[in-house]
Amino acid sequence: MASIAISTPATAPRATVVARRRRRYYYFILPALVVIGAVIIFPWLFTVWMSAFEWKIGGTPHFVGLDNYTGLFTNRRFIEAVVRTFYFTVLAVVAPLILGTIAALIFHRQFPFRGLLRGVFILPMMATPVAVALVWTMMFHPQQGVLNYLLSLVGIPPSQWVYSPTLVIPSLVLVEVWHWTPLIMLIVLGGLAALPTEPYESAKLDGASEWQLFRYITLPLVAPFLFVAGVIRTIDALKTFDTIYVITSGGPGTASETINLYLYLQAFAFYNIGNASAVVVIFFTIVLALALVLLHLRERTKWM
Amino acid sequence: MDVTAYRPVPSAIPSRGRVLLRRFVKKLGFWFSVAVIVSPAIFVFLWMLSLALKNEIDNTAYPPVFIPNPPTFANFLSVFEQNNIGRYLWNSIVVSGGATLIALLIGVPAGYGIARTGAHRLTVLILIARMTPALSYLIPLFAVFQFLRLNNTLTALVITHLVITVPIIVYVMAGHFETIPRELEEAAQIDGAGAWASFRYVALPLARPGIVVGFILAFIFSWNNFVFGAVLSGRETRTLPVAVYNVLTFEQLAWGPLAAAAIIVTLPVLLLTILIQKEIVVGLTAGGVKGG
Repeated sequence: MASIAISTPATAPRATVVARRRRRYYYFILPALVVIGAVIIFPWLFTVWMSAFEWKIGGTPHFVGLDNYTGLFTNRRFIEAVVRTFYFTVLAVVAPLILGTIAALIFHRQFPFRGLLRGVFILPMMATPVAVALVWTMMFHPQQGVLNYLLSLVGIPPSQWVYSPTLVIPSLVLVEVWHWTPLIMLIVLGGLAALPTEPYESAKLDGASEWQLFRYITLPLVAPFLFVAGVIRTIDALKTFDTIYVITSGGPGTASETINLYLYLQAFAFYNIGNASAVVVIFFTIVLALALVLLHLRERTKWM
Repeated sequence: MDVTAYRPVPSAIPSRGRVLLRRFVKKLGFWFSVAVIVSPAIFVFLWMLSLALKNEIDNTAYPPVFIPNPPTFANFLSVFEQNNIGRYLWNSIVVSGGATLIALLIGVPAGYGIARTGAHRLTVLILIARMTPALSYLIPLFAVFQFLRLNNTLTALVITHLVITVPIIVYVMAGHFETIPRELEEAAQIDGAGAWASFRYVALPLARPGIVVGFILAFIFSWNNFVFGAVLSGRETRTLPVAVYNVLTFEQLAWGPLAAAAIIVTLPVLLLTILIQKEIVVGLTAGGVKGG
C-alpha cells in the first residue's frame, strides 16, 4: 500500500522518537519506584537477610546460616500452626466459594431493590475487621451471646464457639465467611455477566431443566472465574490475622494459632527476629507461588 | 366411573389458579433465599447498633434485648469522654489521610506512566506486593524504625501505610488512564505540549473520577489496617482500630462502649463504601481492587 511505501524510509528515526517519548514517561514512574523500593522491595530483601541470623531485638545478630529454617521443621508448635492454617484455609475457601456462587446466581437475576440489596450485601467486605471482630466476640459469648439465643430459637443446644478448642477454628471461619463471601459473589457475578445467551436458548428449546442449565452450561463457563476467586480467597485466608488475633489471640491454648499468629508472637512478643524472618520467607514463598498461579490464569482468561 | 378417564390430567394442563399459585410459591422461594443471603450481613451491623444504644443491663440480659428501649447515647459519650477516642480518631485521620495523599502524589503519575509505556511488569510487581502478608513488611520496618528512633511516631505509621496505599493507587490509576484515549494527548503534543503538560492539562483533569475511587479505596484499606498500628504505635499515637482493641478491651469490658467504639471506627468506611458502591462492584468484579 502507498502509505506503507511512503512511511518505510522514515521508520528508523520514528522508532527512536517513540523510544525517546517512552523514556520521558519513565520519569512519571520513577518516584513511585523509589517508594516501592524503599517500603516494599527493601523489606523483602532485608527479611531474607535476617532469616540467616539469630537475632533478638537489642542484642547483636550472629550468623547461623539455614539453622532458623531447619529449626522450624523440628519445631512442633510451628508444624501444628501449619496444619491448623491449612485446616482453616480449606474451610475459609470452600464455604465462601459455594455461598458466593449461590449469592451471585441470585444477584444475577433482575428483581426489585436489587442494587440496594447488593449494596448491603457487600458492606461486610469493606467493614473494619477489628470492629467487626469485636462484635462477633460479643455474639459468640456462651452465656449472654446472641448466637446461642438464636440457636435456641430453632432448638439447637448452645455452643461454646470460640471457647472450645475443637470449635474455635470453624467459629473463626464463620466470621471469615461473613466477611469475604461478598468478594466471591462479585467476582462470580462478573463471570455471569460475561456469559453468552445462545447456549441457554438452544438448551431450553431442548427442554433442559434449570439445574441442567446450571450444571452443564453456567458452571463450566464461570469455572475460570471460580478458580481465580478461589486463588484470591486462598491467599487472603492464609493471611488472616486481625480476626483471629482480636477474637482469640490464638487461643484457647494454641488451638487457633495459625502461621500468621505464630509469626506475630515470635516477632513482637518474643522478639525472635531471625526465627520470625525465616517464617516470613516460607510464608512469602507460598503466597508468591499462589500469586504466580493467579497471574498465569489472568493471562489465560484475559481477566482483571 | 369412566367419566374420570376423560378428565384432563392436572399436571399436563394446569388450571389458571394453579399456575398463579406455582408462580407465587416460586417467587416466595426466591425472596426467601434473598432474605437468607442478605440477612447475616445486615444482622451483624444492626446488632452492633443495638449493643451501642442499650444500657449495660439490657446488653447482658438473657434472652437478649433486641430493640433498645429507650435508646441511650451514654455509650458514645463515655467513649469520647473517658477513653480519649477523639485523639485516636485524629491519629487515624492523619495516618490514613497522609499516606493516601502521598500515595496520590506519586501514584497518579506512576499510573499514567505505566499506562502510556505499557510497563506491565510493574503492575505484576504491585499485584504481588498487595498479596504479600502485611506482617512480612513489619519486621524489617520495625527494625529500621527502631534504628532511626522513629518507633511510636505518626511519621513511622504514615511511611508504613504507604505499603497499602501506593499499590492500590498505582493499580487503580494505571487501569483508569488506559481507558482515556491517547488521541487527546497526541493532539496536545502536536500543538507543542510536552509529556508533563499533556499529563497535567489533558489526562489529569479527565482522570478525576479514577482519582476519587483510588483515594477512597486506599483510604479505606489504610483506615481498616490494624497490625501496623498494633506494632508501631505508642500510647499516644494509636490509630483508631488499635485503640478500640487495646484501650477498650483491656481497660473495660463493658459491651455498650465497645460496640459504640466499633461503630465509630467502621461507620466512616461504610459511608465511603456506599458512596462508591458502583465502582467497587465494577472494580472488584474486574479483580482490580483489594488491599490488605
